[in-house]
Amino acid sequence: MALLEVEDLGVTFHADRDVRAVDGVSFAVDAGKVVGLVGESGCGKSVTSLALIGLLPNQNTKRVRVDGSAKFDGLDLLRADRRTLRDIRGREIAMIFQDPLSSLNPVVPIGVQVAEVLIRHRGIGKHEAERRSAELLDRVGIPDPRRRLKEYPHQLSGGMRQRALIAMAVACRPRLLIADEPTTALDVTIQAQILELLKELVREDGTALIMITHDLGVVAGLCDSVNVLYAGRVVESAGRHELFAHPTHPYTVGLLNSIPRLDALRGEELTPIRGSVRDVLAWSAGCAFAPRCDRAIETCLTGPPSLEGTNHSFRCVNPEVVP
Amino acid sequence: MTALVEIKDLQVHFPIVRGVVFDRVVGHVKAVDGVTLSVPRGKTYGLVGESGCGKTTLGRALLRLVEPTGGSVLFDGNDLTSLSPPALRGMRRRMQMIFQDPLSSLDPRQNVESILTEGLAAHGIGADRAERRDIVCETLDAVGLPRWALSRYPHEFSGGQRQRIGIARAIVLHPDLIVADEPVSALDVSIQAQVLNLLAKLQAERELTYLVIAHDLAVVRHISDVVGVMYLGALVEEASSTELYQRPLHPYTKALMSAVPVPDPLVEERRERILLSGDLPSPANPPSGCRFRTRCPWAQERCAQERPELRVLAEGHTVACHFAEEIENG
Ligand SMILES: Nc1ncnc2c1ncn2[C@@H]1O[C@H](COP(=O)(O)OP(=O)(O)OP(=O)(O)O)[C@@H](O)[C@H]1O
Ligand SMILES: Nc1ncnc2c1ncn2[C@@H]1O[C@H](COP(=O)(O)OP(=O)(O)O)[C@@H](O)[C@H]1O
Ligand code: SF4
Ligand code: SF4
Ligand SMILES: [Mg+2]
Ligand SMILES: [Mg+2]
Repeated sequence: MALLEVEDLGVTFHADRDVRAVDGVSFAVDAGKVVGLVGESGCGKSVTSLALIGLLPNQNTKRVRVDGSAKFDGLDLLRADRRTLRDIRGREIAMIFQDPLSSLNPVVPIGVQVAEVLIRHRGIGKHEAERRSAELLDRVGIPDPRRRLKEYPHQLSGGMRQRALIAMAVACRPRLLIADEPTTALDVTIQAQILELLKELVREDGTALIMITHDLGVVAGLCDSVNVLYAGRVVESAGRHELFAHPTHPYTVGLLNSIPRLDALRGEELTPIRGSVRDVLAWSAGCAFAPRCDRAIETCLTGPPSLEGTNHSFRCVNPEVVP
Repeated sequence: MTALVEIKDLQVHFPIVRGVVFDRVVGHVKAVDGVTLSVPRGKTYGLVGESGCGKTTLGRALLRLVEPTGGSVLFDGNDLTSLSPPALRGMRRRMQMIFQDPLSSLDPRQNVESILTEGLAAHGIGADRAERRDIVCETLDAVGLPRWALSRYPHEFSGGQRQRIGIARAIVLHPDLIVADEPVSALDVSIQAQVLNLLAKLQAERELTYLVIAHDLAVVRHISDVVGVMYLGALVEEASSTELYQRPLHPYTKALMSAVPVPDPLVEERRERILLSGDLPSPANPPSGCRFRTRCPWAQERCAQERPELRVLAEGHTVACHFAEEIENG
């Protein structure tokens, strides 16, 4: 059994008009593995991750409906009571967000924030916690950790803050780490450092990692398996090598053809996907990607295509290549 | 003359002011600190570098949207830094800018027609409303926006469409030069590709010269003929787009190149990463000698003492590193 098994996860926001942000997403994460959730803005990546750890705004109120199940070591996170969830968060499951500044307390020194996590979840004393905090900052590559412990978030650079956040996230050696665009706001040389750090955590501690990103390059270097999301649903799912060697869903192919590659020949043309995510069809009416798809045929508009295949699955009635 | 823009030893130093009663200048942020480059007519010069290295400031100083504190900018033979305000205003039509965030650079209370007509009226282009409307419609066609867009407001468009409005505003005056500051970095990849293709199409149709500023090396390399790599206010390497990729010589360029993720697991597994330690130093207090030395894996004593000048190592390929040859030969 996998460490986390997400089955048919759905999230609906009830507002003036219902928004079905996540619509039947399933995936599993094993210890020591990296699972990627990739897609363009608004496809439901962040909502998926927040729903898993019970941190959606207004989660558990009438304004948000979460369905499906998410079994973490057998326990359904979506049905767990608040206290259990609070206990699990931080200790067994930790999360890293895109904007580290918003997840750090601006008026508390970094060192105190890291130590607090240890004191709360590990029940160790203040002195021991401080010593361990310095070790953690050192581990995530923050130079001169003793001095940095006393500094406030605004005194650190973006990359440094993200490392501090990672230090807090891994303080209790969580079994699952959820990283939502952790490097999107950073420069590439800093991104490379952070990705290396995440790889090391997975390799050395056996942490399971859910990597949420819009960058297929990051996916190619880091993830063992990949789920491509479009309009709230997984449209293609496969192992890393398989996905890049045989992209099958027209959306995945379109994304790959849209990216200027550093190693491409100069002048090589990009073939963008036409339209934008706003040109979307309700899944109930057919394939949500149909308004932008060059391979659309009549069958695409007769109902939602189902996810086919086991090791390499795709949601399309007229795929590019059959794997 | 083939260069449309010639920048010589350009400097922009921002004063750091502090004080309780009287403001006192306590130092300078050397945002741009002696940059020399030229942009060939009808070509694209790409400027790449990490956040805070001075790309935007250089672009703005070139257009004199911020006053340079030193150096000169020749635009089509005219020294912009010594031009009188009215003469500069006339020249402005020929140099336009595209911004990263189209929404914040477009006035939310103006509809598209008014956004696009504003510049025409200011520069006295088009005899009357009807003629201006024709120019505006032709521009909409060129950037792939429908006619009905004219009466709509910026918030009614998607991010990609807003960037098309920003591009339309830039080209409606038929400029010679467009400075595009991170024109696609706020966009999703599928939209990014649409906008990159559009920029290439417009360049071919209208013989535009571009200075494209971006932090994404893959994007810059894709659209540029010549690429300049900036670090802490200065150029560290310049080469043709192809040459730069095949033969990066400056340690910083090498590191940058090795850090850009490529969407191909086989490439990712094979490539060697040059991981840089630490962060960008503050431009208010740059390291002595070579500015890259605090992060350079090859730094030696001489690097702390002597600032490396840009040297020509091959045709069209310049590098500012004392040890570029030794590093290349291993
Ligand atoms: N008006 C100003 N006053 C003082 N300092 C400034 C001013 N504008 C920019 N700077 C500083 O100059 C340096 C260069 O800034 P600039 O905006 O040109 O960088 P950039 O390369 O465009 O970065 P980014 O990739 O983040 O857009 C930075 O250290 C910045 O803080
Ligand atoms: N609190 C909310 N209320 C209503 N709609 C929301 C809320 N949060 C997200 N959404 C919508 O859900 C969809 C998915 O959002 P999100 O998961 O944030 O996308 P991303 O893939 O970019 O992380 C979007 O259409 C977004 O507008
Ligand atoms: S189901 Fe049809 S419209 Fe959807 S991706 Fe496949 S071919 Fe395109
Ligand atoms: S001059 Fe020295 S510090 Fe600078 S890039 Fe070359 S080797 Fe590195
Ligand atoms: Mg998100
Ligand atoms: Mg900038």
